[in-house]
Amino acid sequence: MAEIAIRNAGKTYGKTTIMQGINLDIRNGEFVVILGPSGCGKSSLLRMIAGLEEISSGEIAIGGQVVNQLEPRERGCAMVFQNYALYPHMTVGENIGYALKVARMPKAERLAKVAATAQSVGLTEFLDRKPGQLSGGQRQRVAMARAIIREPKVFLFDEPLSNLDAKLRVQMRHEIRRIHNQIHATSVFVTHDQHEGMTLADRLVVMNKGTIEQIGTPEEVYEHPASVYVAGFIGSPAMNFLPGRVDDSRAAVVLDDGQIIPLMSAIRPAAGQLVQIGLRPEKLSLAPLGGGALTARFDFAEELGSGRLYHLKIEDVPISVMAAEKHSFGEGQTIGLRFPNDAVHVFDGASGLRLDLHPAPTAAMVPA
Amino acid sequence: MRRAYFKTSWIAALLLAPQLLIIFVFFYWPSAQAVYWAFTLEQPWGGGNTWVGFDNFRNILADPYYWSSVRVSVIYAIAATALAMGMSLILAMFVDRQLAGYKAYRVALIWPYAIAAPAVGLAFRFIFNPNAGIFSYVNTVIPGLWDPTQIGWQALVTIILAGAWKHVAYSFIFFLAALQSIPRSLTEAAAMDGARPLRRMIDLQLPLLTPTVFFLFVINITDSFTDSFGIVDTLTGGGPFHATDLMVYKIYSDGFRGFDYSGAAAQSIILMVLVMALTFVQFRYVERRVHYT
Repeated sequence: MAEIAIRNAGKTYGKTTIMQGINLDIRNGEFVVILGPSGCGKSSLLRMIAGLEEISSGEIAIGGQVVNQLEPRERGCAMVFQNYALYPHMTVGENIGYALKVARMPKAERLAKVAATAQSVGLTEFLDRKPGQLSGGQRQRVAMARAIIREPKVFLFDEPLSNLDAKLRVQMRHEIRRIHNQIHATSVFVTHDQHEGMTLADRLVVMNKGTIEQIGTPEEVYEHPASVYVAGFIGSPAMNFLPGRVDDSRAAVVLDDGQIIPLMSAIRPAAGQLVQIGLRPEKLSLAPLGGGALTARFDFAEELGSGRLYHLKIEDVPISVMAAEKHSFGEGQTIGLRFPNDAVHVFDGASGLRLDLHPAPTAAMVPA
Repeated sequence: MRRAYFKTSWIAALLLAPQLLIIFVFFYWPSAQAVYWAFTLEQPWGGGNTWVGFDNFRNILADPYYWSSVRVSVIYAIAATALAMGMSLILAMFVDRQLAGYKAYRVALIWPYAIAAPAVGLAFRFIFNPNAGIFSYVNTVIPGLWDPTQIGWQALVTIILAGAWKHVAYSFIFFLAALQSIPRSLTEAAAMDGARPLRRMIDLQLPLLTPTVFFLFVINITDSFTDSFGIVDTLTGGGPFHATDLMVYKIYSDGFRGFDYSGAAAQSIILMVLVMALTFVQFRYVERRVHYT
């Protein structure tokens, strides 16, 4: 087992830079999920750790050893691929045991180990089948077993669940977490699915356009998103954003339509600064007119069974509200919007960065 | 499998007709004619054929030159096929691994297939010419070492090299396509599992190539028996002393130089049956060892 240290790593193809300035420390035995939309560089980063792609700049160290120049087989990582990458002409048993065969483990010992590993992922009765005769979930298990059997220092997962149907995906997600809790190998898991990220991760790494936006526990990332990007990416339905301007008292934000949102004292932006106010749909609730901090125009509601998703508008900005209570407002009706004071996220209007993490430079000079 | 159904059968017949006509004119008709000749003997100066039953076949099978021709054909087919497939597989693997300059020689390697067999033969005739060719250099070191016009096995080597060279292009295309259809992640998974490039080739790429290997084997063997005329004709003319007298070339020389139409026809019937039998055996027994995925 090992810790992974990524120092200022970058990746360029020819003249295009797809990733730069990546700094990430993964602790021994930690389960880290790299989360981001497709094309953000998360898979490339994983493949750079694995050794399947060259590191263009910076360095990556596994267990204290810089691996930039090492071949994949010398890095002690096992990888589960998105399409499983099972060897189609080998049986399940041969697939699982291939790494041991390459490592010249004696046959009897190898077969015993294959049997034990297959047992641990529930594949015992499929050992003689070919991958083509298995279901998606079973193939996924073979891919897992093939990684587990090597007892690697590091597990790498490249969107391993994205080819499964929704129900199986949840089941395999639990399985992966259960296996991790048993063997505690350092794991890096790449996905674009925020639910997978939130549920699996000890720590989340949110990537966007080749850079890391935020590193933190799922709770931190949800409660204190570091930027508008992270705030909008994490959470479902997505966070609502309202543009506004900080007023002269620097304790409140004036929205474009003149409504005022008071700020918590911890946030001290500069007067006149353009900001984005972020409000999570699940922190909002509806009230009759005059019953909340803001007023909004009611649009329509979607029934979710457990609650309702209400769609409103403030000026032309759409706002969604997730609430358990059943309201019956008419379309176009003006209503009140309620939320606790600490539910207000404030981001800089230009950079998109969170203000209480990255205070505006002028704020420190002015006494509060 | 996609199938089309036609409501009226005359449309189907109309669409089939051109192909059937070509096959009829260039295969069934000549084949039928060959069968007729094979069982008859032509009068010396024309004037009808006499039915002789299996006499032509008996004469051929009793002829030591014929058996020598069979032996040479088998050696040629096996050697040229092995050489062509081996070379093209290695070249395709280089291209697949994208070694430097692969784009240039991917194109260059396909060209030989576009060259007509007689042109190939002529080119190799220049290369292997004992007096003036590139190969004649060995004669300046050890005089008389290389002379395919005199030494039988050297002539055979020459046509094998030329035949293989021409077939490399065809096999190369198929091998390259097959290699590129193996998902990249499979190779990567094997690399993660600790296998080095050579090991990955043996454990992964070759087994996954078996359908292609089998297909190319059938095509190459069949072609070696039936399509080697042009190379032999320009390069050695069947000599020296029948050393390169392949079955298909002997049919030509017996028929059109020796004017023994009946003997040549009987030989072509035998060759046809042989190729059909070979193909049947290959599909029946060799194909069982092929992994289709």
